[in-house]
Amino acid sequence: MKDFAQLFTRVDESTKTTVKVAALADFFATADDPDKLWTIALFTGRRPKRTITATRLREWAAEVAGLPDWLFEDSYSIVGDLAETISLVLPPAESHVDQPLSYWIDEVKRLATLDEPDRKAGILAAWDQLEQVERFLFTKLLTGGFRVGVSAKLMTRALAKATGQDEATLTHKLMGQWTPETTTFTDLIEADDPGTDLSRPYPFYLAYGLDDLDDLGDPVDWMAERKWDGIRGQLIVRGGKHYVWSRGEDLMTDRFPEFAQLPDFLPDGTVIDGEVLAYADHMPLSFNALQTRIGRKTVPKKVLKEAPVVLMAYDLLEDQGEDIRSTPMADRRARLEDLIAGVPNTAPLKLSPGVAFQTWEALAAEREKSRDLNAEGLMLKNKHSPYLAGRKRGDWWKWKVDPLTIDAVMIYAQAGHGRRANLFTDYTFAVWNGNELTPFTKAYSGLTDVEFRQITAWVRKNTLQRFGPVRQVPPEHVFEIAFEGIRASPRHKSGVALRFPRMLRWRKDKPVSEANTLDDLKEMLDLYG
Amino acid sequence: MADVLKFTDEGIYCPAGDFYIDPWKPVDRALITHGHADHARDGMNRYLATEAAAPVMRHRLGDIALDTIRYGETIRIGGAEVSFHPAGHVPGSAQIKVRVKGQDWVVSGDYKVVADGLSEPFEPVRCHAFITECTFGLPIFKWTPQDVLTQQIDDWWASCAAEGRTAVLGAYSLGKAQRLLTTVNADIGPILTHGAVEGTNGVLRAQGLALPDTTYVTQDLKIKDYPGALVVAPPGAMAGPWMRKFGQTSTAFASGWMALRGVRRRRAADRGFIVSDHADWAGLNWAIKETGAEKIFVTHGYTNSFERWLRDQGYDAHTVSTAYEGEGFDSTTEDAA
Repeated sequence: MKDFAQLFTRVDESTKTTVKVAALADFFATADDPDKLWTIALFTGRRPKRTITATRLREWAAEVAGLPDWLFEDSYSIVGDLAETISLVLPPAESHVDQPLSYWIDEVKRLATLDEPDRKAGILAAWDQLEQVERFLFTKLLTGGFRVGVSAKLMTRALAKATGQDEATLTHKLMGQWTPETTTFTDLIEADDPGTDLSRPYPFYLAYGLDDLDDLGDPVDWMAERKWDGIRGQLIVRGGKHYVWSRGEDLMTDRFPEFAQLPDFLPDGTVIDGEVLAYADHMPLSFNALQTRIGRKTVPKKVLKEAPVVLMAYDLLEDQGEDIRSTPMADRRARLEDLIAGVPNTAPLKLSPGVAFQTWEALAAEREKSRDLNAEGLMLKNKHSPYLAGRKRGDWWKWKVDPLTIDAVMIYAQAGHGRRANLFTDYTFAVWNGNELTPFTKAYSGLTDVEFRQITAWVRKNTLQRFGPVRQVPPEHVFEIAFEGIRASPRHKSGVALRFPRMLRWRKDKPVSEANTLDDLKEMLDLYG
Repeated sequence: MADVLKFTDEGIYCPAGDFYIDPWKPVDRALITHGHADHARDGMNRYLATEAAAPVMRHRLGDIALDTIRYGETIRIGGAEVSFHPAGHVPGSAQIKVRVKGQDWVVSGDYKVVADGLSEPFEPVRCHAFITECTFGLPIFKWTPQDVLTQQIDDWWASCAAEGRTAVLGAYSLGKAQRLLTTVNADIGPILTHGAVEGTNGVLRAQGLALPDTTYVTQDLKIKDYPGALVVAPPGAMAGPWMRKFGQTSTAFASGWMALRGVRRRRAADRGFIVSDHADWAGLNWAIKETGAEKIFVTHGYTNSFERWLRDQGYDAHTVSTAYEGEGFDSTTEDAA
C-alpha cells in the first residue's frame, strides 16, 4: 500500500491539477494491473462492500487509543472525517508490512465473511501494520465513500496520459456496470470495444450557465428547448432490454417501471438522452411530484398513479447501433424526431419540443414562461455541435430563470465537515412571524472563504447557547437566500420546504427588522408551490 | 483559603500583588509571559518580562516602561512572590509562578515541551494550581519528531530548487520562523525573508541568538539572482501581491493545524508541515502531571473537552473563558499556533 499511499499523498498535498495528473500517471505507469484497476474503481465511485458499521469502528479505535468514547466523538467533530480521526488517534504501528492495495481490498472482503470478534481482530491487526496515511486509506475503504480530492475526470486524464488513449474514449470505457470483480485492467482499458457491456451508457454532455447572450452570434445557428426540471437520464435499448442511467451513473431502471414497455417501440441499438419527469395531462408536473419517487427502490401503485413518469427526449446518441455523437446536433435532432414519430402517444417517451425564435429578444420572452411550464429555463444548443463528453463550454448553454429569493436572519450556526471542519458554514435561517423568528431553511454554500471566516470568528465570540455542535447566535445578520422551488411541508415548523437553498449574498446593508416574513414565504408557496 | 489568582474581565489578576498576567485591557502593572501580540498588548503603565523577551517587546510595542527579570529569579510584588520559568514556546517565553501565603500558582502562558534548538527548553514547575493553555488539547494532535520534520522541509526545499521553483514557507514571524531557520540545511540555497520575519531576526540576532544568513526581500529584489531560494514569510503575506515577485513557487505552511487534512486543503498550500510552538496532546498531559498540581484551569483552545478529560483523570479542573476563544486555524492574528 506504500505506492498507493504515496500517490494519495502527492495528489492530496498539491492544489495544482498538473501535479495531481502527473502523480496519477506515474502510478498508472508502474503499478500492477490489479492495483491499477482498483485505483480506477475507487476514483470512479466503486468500492468494496461496506463490511463494518461506523459505530463499531469508532468503539474499537477509541478502545485501542485508550480514549473514552465522548473524547473520540469530540475529536471526530473537529476532524470531520471518521477514517482520518481514527488514523490520528491510534498509537503508532508496532510493525510495518508493505502489501499492495489489492491485498488490502481482499482483506476488507475477507473480513466481511468473518464473525464480529474475528473481524475486530483483523481490523486491529491491520491498523497495527500500517503507517498513518495507509491507515487512513485502509479505514476509508472500510467506511466507504472514497472521496479524496480526485475526480473521475482527473483520473481519466491521467489514465489517458499513461495509456496514450483519447480521454473521451476512456471516459466511455469507464462508464457502466463493471466492477473490479467482473473485469480486468486489460479488458476494461486495453480492449478496443467499449460496446461489450450492453448496459454501458455514454458520458453525459453537460452545459455551463450562459455568460453572455451577445457572444452567441446569429440566432440562426442555434436551437432552443426547455430545460426541464426532473432527473437527467439516458435510456438505452440494446439486445431487447432497456436500461436507464442517471447523470450520476446510477442505474435507475427498476425505479421507473413505466419504461419497461419502450423496447417494444424502439429498435435495438437506441440511446436517448432526456429528462425523467413526472407528467400528467400533457404537462410536466412540478419537481415536487417527482420527488415522491426519488430514493424509492420499489414504487407503490398509488405513487405510480399520482406521479407517472415520462422520458422527455432531448437528443439521440446511438441510432441503429451506430454511435452518432459526432454528427451535428440538427441531424441528431431530425433522427430523434423520426424515431419518436413512430412511438405511440400513450408510451412514456415524448419529444422535448423545440422553442422557435427569430431574435434573442423573442427567446428572452420565452424564458419568462419557464416557471409556468414547470421548467427551469432554456437550453441553447448550437445546431452544428457534436455530443461531447462532460461539462464543456461553447456549444451548449443553460439559461436558467433567476432563482426565487428571500431575505432571512441567521439564528443558528454549525461547523462543516471535511475541508470545512471547524469553520462555521452551516446556518439555519428564520423569517419574521409577528415578533418571533421562525426557522425555515438551512443553507451551506454561496459565501466566499473570507466571509465564512468572518462569520466563524463572529460566531465564536457571540455564541448564546450550545446544543451539541449547534450554536445559537443573536439575530444580527441578514442573508439573501436563493432557491429553486418551494413546497408545503407539514414536518417543518414554517410549513414550507425549499429546494436548493443557498446564500446569494450577505446583506450587511439590511437591518434585521427588514428581513422577510413568514407571510411572504406563504405567498411564494401559493404562487410557485 | 483565598485564591492566589482571579480571572477578571481585564485578565488574570493577583489581588495580593495587585498585578495582572497577560492582560487584554490596559492596567497599571502587567506581567507578560512572552511577546506575541495576544499576550503582550500595548497600553499598560508598567510591564515585567524576562530579559530575553524584552527586545522583541520593545520592537513591537515601542517605548514602554519595561522591567526585566531572569529565569528562576524571585522578586516580591506586594504580598506575592513572583518568578519566571522557561516555557519553551519562543525565545524569552516564560511560565509565571506566583506564591502567596505558601500557595504556588503557575500561569503557563503558551508552551511546548520539546526543545526546538532555539528557545530556552520548557521546565516543569511544581505548584498547587496550574493555569494551562490547551490550544491543541485533543488526542488528534501529535507532532512530527523534530528530525523527521527537518528532513521533510529540506527534501521539499531541495526538490523545489531542482525544479526551478521558489520554495515559500509560511511561518509566524516571531518564533516559528526562526526555529525553522536554525534547523533547515542552509547549504541547499539562499534564504530570503519577509520584512516581518527579518525584523524579528534582527532583534534576536542582536541579543545573541545564532541564525543563518538571510536576505530581506526588498521591492527591487530580483528572484533570478537567488536561484533555489527558500522564502520565509508570515502566512498572511502569502495570499497577497507580494508573492508575485517569486515567479514559479511551491508554497507550504508550518503549523500544528496542518495535522488536519481539512485545514491543509482549505489553506490550499502545496505542502503542510506539522510543527507547532504549542504542546501537543501528549505534551499537555505530561506537563500537567509534572506540575504535581491538583487544581487545573484550562484556557485557550479545546477547553470543554480538555477540562472533561482532566476531570476524568481525577483533577479538579475548570475552564477559564477568555475574550478570545481559541486561536483557531483560521485566525488571522500573527501569532496563532
